Amino acid sequence: MSAATLAAPGAGFLRRRRRGYRLLTLPALVVVAAVIVFPWLFTLYMSAFDWKIGEAAHFVGLANFANLAVDRRFLEAIVHTFYFTLLAVVIPLVAGTLAALVFHRQFRGRGVLRAVFTMPMMATPVAVALVWTMMFHPQQGVLNYLLTSVGLPPSQWVYSPTWVIPSLVMVEAWHWTPLVMLIVLGGLASLPTEPFESARIDGAGEWQLFTYVTLPLIAPFLMMAAVIRTIDAVKAFDTIFVISQGGPGTASETINIYLYLQAFAFYNMGKASAMVVVFFAIIVALALLLLHVRQRLKWTG
Amino acid sequence: MTDRKRDPSLDKTRRRLVQAGAGAAALGALPGTAIVAAHAQGAFDWKRFKGQKLEVLLTKSPRGDLLTKYQKEFEELTGIEVGSEMIPEQQQRQKAVIEFNSGNPSFDVINFSYHVQKRQFAKNNWLNDLRTYIKDPSLAAPDLHFDDFAKGGLNYAMEPDGRVMSLPFNLDPWIIYWNKEIFAAKGVAYPTSFAEIVNAAAKLNDPGKGISGFVGRGLKNANVPVWTSFLLGYGGGFIDANGKLITDTPEAIESAKMYQTLMSKYAPSGVAGFNWNESQTLFLQGKAAMWLDGIGFAQPLEDPTKSRIVGKVGYGVMPPGPKAQVSALFADGIGMSSFSKRKGPAWLYLQWACNTTNQARMLQAAAGAPVRSSAYALAQKSADFKSPKEWVDCMLKSAAIAQPGLPVIAPVTEFRDVFGIALTNMINGADAATELKKATVEFQPVLDKSEKA
Repeated sequence: MSAATLAAPGAGFLRRRRRGYRLLTLPALVVVAAVIVFPWLFTLYMSAFDWKIGEAAHFVGLANFANLAVDRRFLEAIVHTFYFTLLAVVIPLVAGTLAALVFHRQFRGRGVLRAVFTMPMMATPVAVALVWTMMFHPQQGVLNYLLTSVGLPPSQWVYSPTWVIPSLVMVEAWHWTPLVMLIVLGGLASLPTEPFESARIDGAGEWQLFTYVTLPLIAPFLMMAAVIRTIDAVKAFDTIFVISQGGPGTASETINIYLYLQAFAFYNMGKASAMVVVFFAIIVALALLLLHVRQRLKWTG
Repeated sequence: MTDRKRDPSLDKTRRRLVQAGAGAAALGALPGTAIVAAHAQGAFDWKRFKGQKLEVLLTKSPRGDLLTKYQKEFEELTGIEVGSEMIPEQQQRQKAVIEFNSGNPSFDVINFSYHVQKRQFAKNNWLNDLRTYIKDPSLAAPDLHFDDFAKGGLNYAMEPDGRVMSLPFNLDPWIIYWNKEIFAAKGVAYPTSFAEIVNAAAKLNDPGKGISGFVGRGLKNANVPVWTSFLLGYGGGFIDANGKLITDTPEAIESAKMYQTLMSKYAPSGVAGFNWNESQTLFLQGKAAMWLDGIGFAQPLEDPTKSRIVGKVGYGVMPPGPKAQVSALFADGIGMSSFSKRKGPAWLYLQWACNTTNQARMLQAAAGAPVRSSAYALAQKSADFKSPKEWVDCMLKSAAIAQPGLPVIAPVTEFRDVFGIALTNMINGADAATELKKATVEFQPVLDKSEKA
């Protein structure tokens, strides 16, 4: 609606009314300022100090950032975070899509099986992590029992520096594939049937149907799932902390884990704040990238 | 504990405490006599702070549970109303730092672990010196005998200048759990030296049968005390008189190599990620010949519903190393906040919490290993006391040879982290000397900064 044309007779009244409207946004603004803007600015401020809880703070300017740039552990943590995120997005995405395709078909017991498949999602992450920790145990765990009972060599799982991240991703994938499945299933259900029918008439096979019709049509839903998974994977903490605590050594130490150590185990608040700032920059960059990709994948509009 | 009475260094400790307890005039006398004398005047009275309130901050642990459970007893004894809060260790440590830092903590009494918080508390003067209270005959309970407290615990409770900042409460010396059946099957005896530990591990290691010669913590941070158990026996230490780390000396490297050998050759695969619980699981199943860890695991090991090796567990005192026989010690204590406005009631609570009855309850509930030797005697008289006698003997012997298992510094978590990573890397094949040098170089500035601040 256009306020200007309506406002002709009683402009003053409307202007006053509009001021009233602005006033109404105030509570929201205050809340946002208090819980988002202020902590953010305070973090930025703290990142310029050398401050350990319990000691005096010294202003150090950008020294915290300069130190981070040469902190091997931090740089490795960034690499681990990306590695973990990549796997923890791609694997559930592929598996979830496959599951959705299966559950989209009509077969007996579909409803029950769908419900069973979504159950992992409802479990508490820490409880899930604890159960997996037991299953990963190289001598007593059920996973190695299964491997050896089919004649495969046992693995060290999360106890090996090389396999720890893929193993952690396995837990994430088990936990969150159902979420991707639900999103994609919703997408599949909403698709029009005409394109499929015409493609069939044109003689498309199952694989062609999937790659040329289904996949492009559900792309926006996949994108949605990818965004949600990325957010979850980047901020993953509980699974890693409970199962490996970033180990063995620092082999699975992500930014979050290192950040937690610096802030709440070593109490280096200045350094931790600087890490948060860098982490935030990385997340913003990642978000922009995703938005860009999403814009290109739009099939409506 | 009789040999401890003859220990000359204990006499020194006692004398220092007596100095604290009865002033310079009573030098050489036992604190007990000063207290008895005071008691004769009838001055001590549990009820003297009747009607006051007290706030206590405890750590969530079986010991915290006990103090909370029997709190009513204290309230009835003294007429003091107690509000106690019990929160998980990690959060409790954070809360303590933040609240002490504010200058107005919500608690008067705090239970804390020496190996993590002692230096931090001392540096900031967050705890109140107890000597004036110990000295005051009207305030010290008649059963507060310091010669009843284990030396290791008292050392932890005191500052180098003689101030008594807390009462020690629970000890956790490190011992070797050994599976007697596995040892007997190969005709191997319990090791009497470090070299024999390695030899025994080599002989008993039998991967074909799924039996490891040795198991212990490999997980970074958690693993440091395993190494320091060896380090102390090699005559090594943490920091010299000038505040420089001595963690890359030949002794340190030798002990790290011993850790590396045991953990990479004779321990199960994946041990680099083991904490105490994974180690315990393996040992409980009879799949490990030796397990080096804190003393507090007798209960699960002797519990037939959890353990396959009930009655077959040996509780071994850490054998002598090339230079010394030392059991790495961890401990917790209980102190009063220097900001407290209710120090009298707080002092009564400290004495109650550390009395023989409460200490014996700890033993009976398998909630820890008391500092007071009288508690062992009391607990063993009870019919429902289940811990084997061998465990009690091991505890008493270990407490007598115990030394702090970690440096008494403020950034102890960072120390454990940095050296823990070095140790984990060693299990995975890195060179011990290189790793220790790297860790030492990395940690020295952190230490310098913390001691300067």
